[in-house]
Amino acid sequence: MKYLLLAFALFAAPLAAQDQDLGAPSAEGGEVETLGEAQDDGGLTFTVTDESDWQDLGVAIPGFATDRDVATPANADGTAALGREVARVITANLRNNGLFKPVGPDSLPQPSFAQITAPNWGTWSGRGAEMLVHGYVRARTDGRLLFGCYLYDVALQDELVREGWVVPPADWRRAAHKCADLIYSRLTGESPFFDSRIAYIAETGPKDRRIKRLAIMDSDGANHRFLTLGSATALTPRYSPDYKRLLYLSYVDGNPRIYVYDIGTGRQVLVAQTGNPTFAPRWSPDGRYILYSMAIAGNTDIYRVPSNGGQSVRLTDTPGIDIGGSYSPDGSKIVFESDRSGEQQCYVMNADGSNQRRLSFFGGRCATPEWSPRGDQIAFTRIAGDFNIAVMGTNGRNLRVLTKGWQDEAPTWAPNGRIIQFFRTERNSGRSALWQVDLTGRNERKLPTPVDASDPAWGPLLP
Amino acid sequence: MNVRLASTLLLTASLGLAGCSKKAPEELPPPPAPTTTEAPAPAPYTPAGPTVGSQAHFENAVNGQNVIYFDTDRYNIDSADAAALQAQAQYLARYPQVNITIEGHCDERGTREYNLALGERRANAAKNYLTGLGVDASRIRTVSYGKERPVALGSDEGSWAQNRRAVSIVIS
Repeated sequence: MKYLLLAFALFAAPLAAQDQDLGAPSAEGGEVETLGEAQDDGGLTFTVTDESDWQDLGVAIPGFATDRDVATPANADGTAALGREVARVITANLRNNGLFKPVGPDSLPQPSFAQITAPNWGTWSGRGAEMLVHGYVRARTDGRLLFGCYLYDVALQDELVREGWVVPPADWRRAAHKCADLIYSRLTGESPFFDSRIAYIAETGPKDRRIKRLAIMDSDGANHRFLTLGSATALTPRYSPDYKRLLYLSYVDGNPRIYVYDIGTGRQVLVAQTGNPTFAPRWSPDGRYILYSMAIAGNTDIYRVPSNGGQSVRLTDTPGIDIGGSYSPDGSKIVFESDRSGEQQCYVMNADGSNQRRLSFFGGRCATPEWSPRGDQIAFTRIAGDFNIAVMGTNGRNLRVLTKGWQDEAPTWAPNGRIIQFFRTERNSGRSALWQVDLTGRNERKLPTPVDASDPAWGPLLP
Repeated sequence: MNVRLASTLLLTASLGLAGCSKKAPEELPPPPAPTTTEAPAPAPYTPAGPTVGSQAHFENAVNGQNVIYFDTDRYNIDSADAAALQAQAQYLARYPQVNITIEGHCDERGTREYNLALGERRANAAKNYLTGLGVDASRIRTVSYGKERPVALGSDEGSWAQNRRAVSIVIS
């Protein structure tokens, strides 16, 4: 009977009590249709780890033009106002990345619709702009919006790349993110990442009675939504690769348990129906499996269960705490945390649990390892006096500490593996906020959130 | 108040426990919430003090030793913890209708998920000690709060020592 319960845990109907802390569900946005050619001739000769020569690269981003200023559900003032708003979103994306010096539409002349494909070069070279972004927005008869995005080299007076997207009005920001991604990718040679979302825990209240709610937002903090009401403590969310589900820990029944929350329906089920506490949920890169950690009589081990239900497999069996786990992008290996040596260190194993070996041998402790989506590095919390975000190679070598906070914890990778988000807790007050840092360690910034924030989980590029 | 003090002294004496814990935190935790702020009840036949099976009654009976403390990153039961758990076991032996939850807690200087596992290990260490003293395991539930519910709010050794704890709570 016990076996059956475990085996079919994910098919279990949600109990009424499990839904007590949930807000009203609302489905995610619609499809984005990509038009036009995406040139794939590589980027310019820059790399992110050597940005010193081009971080002052001037990029002018005037308002997107529109052929006809008409009403749209995306902006109360019509498509012309929407065009300026799109340019503001792109400008903020590129500026916050720390690699560019973009100038936005509020201090630039507005090009006409005809100029989008035939820029007035004199205007822009006279302003010292090296790169020029033009775009347009057009309301289609089917109710959707068409966005065009063009990147020009002002000195060469030449077009570098263009692309177009058709989106439902509610998803207009995705077109802006896709344009920012197009510019970023073309100029750096790196993969895109702006068109993605973040799940995290929103925190309010005093240190000893903290209210913790599950929340989600776009990569730039927009479209923010609370998913739980705060009557039960929620922790450690993880987006599924298709963004349809969230794994997270909730105390809604009085015990720490992991749930799978369906974002569209607002329903949730236990990952493992056992009397034991479960924590540290993770997805496999293809979304087919869930890793969870379960304590039995105080001894915590890592388990794997198919995400649509099935039998759990125990992957670790040492005495002590084996916890967490992050798959390599190809799904063949898992990096995890264990105190089998007497203190928290990072270990790696094959996806079936075989060939477990310790990875971290530098001073201090290694916790919360996360494999880069590019596969080349592992980010983790380094504990050596203070808590800091660090990266190492997948062989455990080339340790680099990226942050200097008092308590920086729980790294999560941008979809392109070039930026790491984490949360920073202040000494004494216990207040926490989301931060991000790039792999140089030089571009660090705090993310705006409506309230205090922790446990960020950056999802992949939106499908 | 006199009755409460007297019964506390009596129990302490009868259990033969040394008063001081070897590993007491540098600062003592704040006194328990005033659970006995009952309105002065003049009814002559009502016995004063908390009722059997209440948290206040339990804490009085074990002389406040319903909390045990741990060293950094440790979960072993030392002699001070053992004395406290013996007092708890005697209470549970005397009142077999009483069940408890042991909450495991950690200080803030640990990563969130590891602390959840460590709190569970601490709660289980306390539970195992009690069952070793003859308390039926079915009477003891454990729950870990990791670093989510500190009692001391500072970021210093004294506060952290108070937060690394296992708290026994009577299930009402």
